Amino acid sequence: MLRSLGVDRLEDLFGDVPACHRFPDLDLPAGISELELEPLMRRLAAENAGIDPSMSFLGAGAYRHYSPPTVDYVLQRGELYTAYTPYQPELSQGSLQAMFEYQTMICQLTAMEVSNASHYDGATALAEAVLLALDSAPGERDRVLVSSAVHPRYRAVLRTYLRGTATQVIGDDDAVDVAELATRLDRRTAALVIQNPNFFGQFERVEGLAEAARAVGALLVVLVDPVSLGLFKPPGAYGADVVAAEGQALGVPLSFGGPHLGILATRLAHVRRLPGRLVGETIDAGGHRGYVLTLATREQHIRRAKATSNICTNAALVALATAVYLATLGKTGLRRVAELCFQRSHYAAAALGGLPGVAINPQAPDKPFFKEFVAALPKPAAVVNAILRRDFGILGGYDIGRDLPERDHHLLVAVTEMNNRAAIDALVHAVSRAIA
Amino acid sequence: MTTKTPAGPAGEPTAYELSVAGRQSVALPDPEVPATALPADLLRDDNGLPELSQLDVVRHYLHLSQRNYGIDSGFYPLGSCTMKYNPKLSEQIARWPGFADTHPLQPVETVQGNLRLMFELQAWLQEIGGFAGVSLQPAAGAQGELTALLMMRAYHADRGETARTQILIPDSAHGTNPASTAMAGFSVLEIPSDARGTIDLAALRAACDPTIAGIMLTNPNTLGLFEDQIEQIVALVHGCGGLVYGDGANMNALTGIVRPGDLGIDLMHYNLHKTFATPHGGGGPGSGPVGASAALTAYLPGPVVVDEDGGFRFADPPCSIGRLCSFAGSFGMLLRAYAYIRLHGADGLRQNALHAVLNANYLRAALRGTYPVPFDRINMHEFVCEGRIDGTGVRALDICKRLMDYGFHPPTSYFPLIVREALMIEPTETESKQTLDAFVAALHAIAEEARGDPAALHGAPHRTTVRRLDEVHAARHLVLRDRAAPPAR
Repeated sequence: MLRSLGVDRLEDLFGDVPACHRFPDLDLPAGISELELEPLMRRLAAENAGIDPSMSFLGAGAYRHYSPPTVDYVLQRGELYTAYTPYQPELSQGSLQAMFEYQTMICQLTAMEVSNASHYDGATALAEAVLLALDSAPGERDRVLVSSAVHPRYRAVLRTYLRGTATQVIGDDDAVDVAELATRLDRRTAALVIQNPNFFGQFERVEGLAEAARAVGALLVVLVDPVSLGLFKPPGAYGADVVAAEGQALGVPLSFGGPHLGILATRLAHVRRLPGRLVGETIDAGGHRGYVLTLATREQHIRRAKATSNICTNAALVALATAVYLATLGKTGLRRVAELCFQRSHYAAAALGGLPGVAINPQAPDKPFFKEFVAALPKPAAVVNAILRRDFGILGGYDIGRDLPERDHHLLVAVTEMNNRAAIDALVHAVSRAIA
Repeated sequence: MTTKTPAGPAGEPTAYELSVAGRQSVALPDPEVPATALPADLLRDDNGLPELSQLDVVRHYLHLSQRNYGIDSGFYPLGSCTMKYNPKLSEQIARWPGFADTHPLQPVETVQGNLRLMFELQAWLQEIGGFAGVSLQPAAGAQGELTALLMMRAYHADRGETARTQILIPDSAHGTNPASTAMAGFSVLEIPSDARGTIDLAALRAACDPTIAGIMLTNPNTLGLFEDQIEQIVALVHGCGGLVYGDGANMNALTGIVRPGDLGIDLMHYNLHKTFATPHGGGGPGSGPVGASAALTAYLPGPVVVDEDGGFRFADPPCSIGRLCSFAGSFGMLLRAYAYIRLHGADGLRQNALHAVLNANYLRAALRGTYPVPFDRINMHEFVCEGRIDGTGVRALDICKRLMDYGFHPPTSYFPLIVREALMIEPTETESKQTLDAFVAALHAIAEEARGDPAALHGAPHRTTVRRLDEVHAARHLVLRDRAAPPAR
């Protein structure tokens, strides 16, 4: 091979690289065989504490849910996971049809008219939803009104994404109800952003929000838990213009926070401002049905600086996992999962609320909740969590004091179909001991 | 217009077409707890999902996989995408419960293994790129670009240099570069390429002034050429107070060959899904960690992993631009890249680059007599030729589609924009000489076909599950969701 190039040594191919910096000695461990790698990785995994999945009550944006074996079966098909973005549709009908069906199922769940083929994760999907609103709302608008009950990390990512703009994020420094927040809408506001169920697990009172936003030309952007949509009203039913979600709960492993899945859906009126890939149905030269990436004129590789977003690689394989999950669970299965979350979390809340000095959802006790709730404890949540873990092998809830220091006694408890009655009873017993 | 699913092998029905009312595939347990009344006013009637048996689901997706082509199927020489073999061991390890079941908000003392892995990967990427710090947060290359541009913005703002509003971008750059620039609130100043395919230094010199925030430079560039004037380019941009961002999309040519940081590059993203063999997944998930020089590490997105008091923990750099994703980056991808670097080591990484460059030059030498190579000199990991056969009317598109009939995935086409009918070919180091020779033979055969029977090429592909697809039809008659799905309520 070298002879065909007229050089003697491989190193001779690098004459363009400045000689003084060529072929540095890298201070890295020496290469090893796969046989040696496996035990080394096992040691690393063993440095993590093994947690029994049924004994974890930690959520706050990443959840343990049941993933049927069909999901990983499909993910391991090399034709799918070792493919690139389907720029050559004739060789990519599998990826493309799966994405098209994913888009369809997301539209069904959210009651929206168009879904993109995925975003990185829930936080970036929400940030791009707001960018879409800034682009879509008529006239020049420089404010985004965000509920304080939107996940704090999502609000942080939104602020990072807006660093290059003159847009202000307002409203989230004040723990007001979304209805009161909506009274602050004005013609400078591009979007009203809420989470439903919110970060604390509770359903917001959404009546009138869409009308209030529309009255000033702003868009209603709703962040949802997609599992809740198996049973509860979708954002499309109460007038949302853009829906963003974290898709991890739909059959995707926690994997220490990623890769997860950004879901982004909207109304057809905004389709040309939607970021990311879109798959459309078409026909081939023989008149048969097929699928292609479409409306590429929105995208960076065609529009460059005028694109709706810079996104290129997204989370296609995670979207595929979610599509398989939704196809497997189906209409009845996802509804049942949502019911299990609702029933078991309410059982847990009632039992914890019966302990001395514990109050459930003290900020808004009358608002219904889905699968997460706040337990206000007589001791700091961090202290209780440490005891739960050390003495009972239980991974407790999320310490709200990590974001809101004045609420350091508040524990956000997540209960899903993975936590059976015995596990919930064990949690209640452990908390009773920890606060005694 | 309405089209029907054809009978037979040409079509797979959709999940909704397969759906049968009442069918289920998963049994779920009883709640085991006293029932709480559901809030009736919040419930929906129908979630609109399909109803399938487990066997329906398995067959459906198996059929879809059979209508797809990945690296595991065959040669996939997509330029600037680095479609190398994805090791199977990494796929297994990423699924171990000890990693896959860890929650991102667990107390750090319960995830010391994950944090050690991330800490060591940060250090290894620093060493490979020649940087003082690395953040593993960005989820993909494009997000890495945005990260770096926001870091530039914050760096200049801290120095009161708010007049720096422009980013220099060569005309051969990936489209993500200008798109990221716009998202970061900068404007683009395009720099032309010279007759050798590298940056026109005179044009660059003329553009460097106090309005320049920095340059985005892909090196090797998208023609597969190393910017051999890199030291002058860096000096010019630094000389006007700008910063140099390296787009690491093409880093597979450089591991163990040269460290971008040693060349004066201030910031760079790594594509773990290219250089470090994490799977592309049909369009992600990727991972785009960013490396920074000493002057810029304080601005890296947080959190990063630090080693303190005998334990690892998360920390935010002091002037951090903030958070870019919900949690700590695409850990599953970080784990695969960690395994890859550990397997190959310093020598292996250099050998990979040497052989990636050898393979690409071997293909160029074998094809240049048939397909014109506009910048015909020693290239790096990829090269660009023109997909046209004189006097035949055959275009790059026809050649790409015909390659499918020969069992190959086509190269990247019509990019970079500065070459007409561009075919951008990147073989990677994991392909054998036999595969490369078979690919060359196919391209030579296609050239012969073009002269003898060009119509056959215009009609290609002939052997795929569908024939050439009508992209214009898709855009004009938008169907973005399955019409077989019932209206959701």
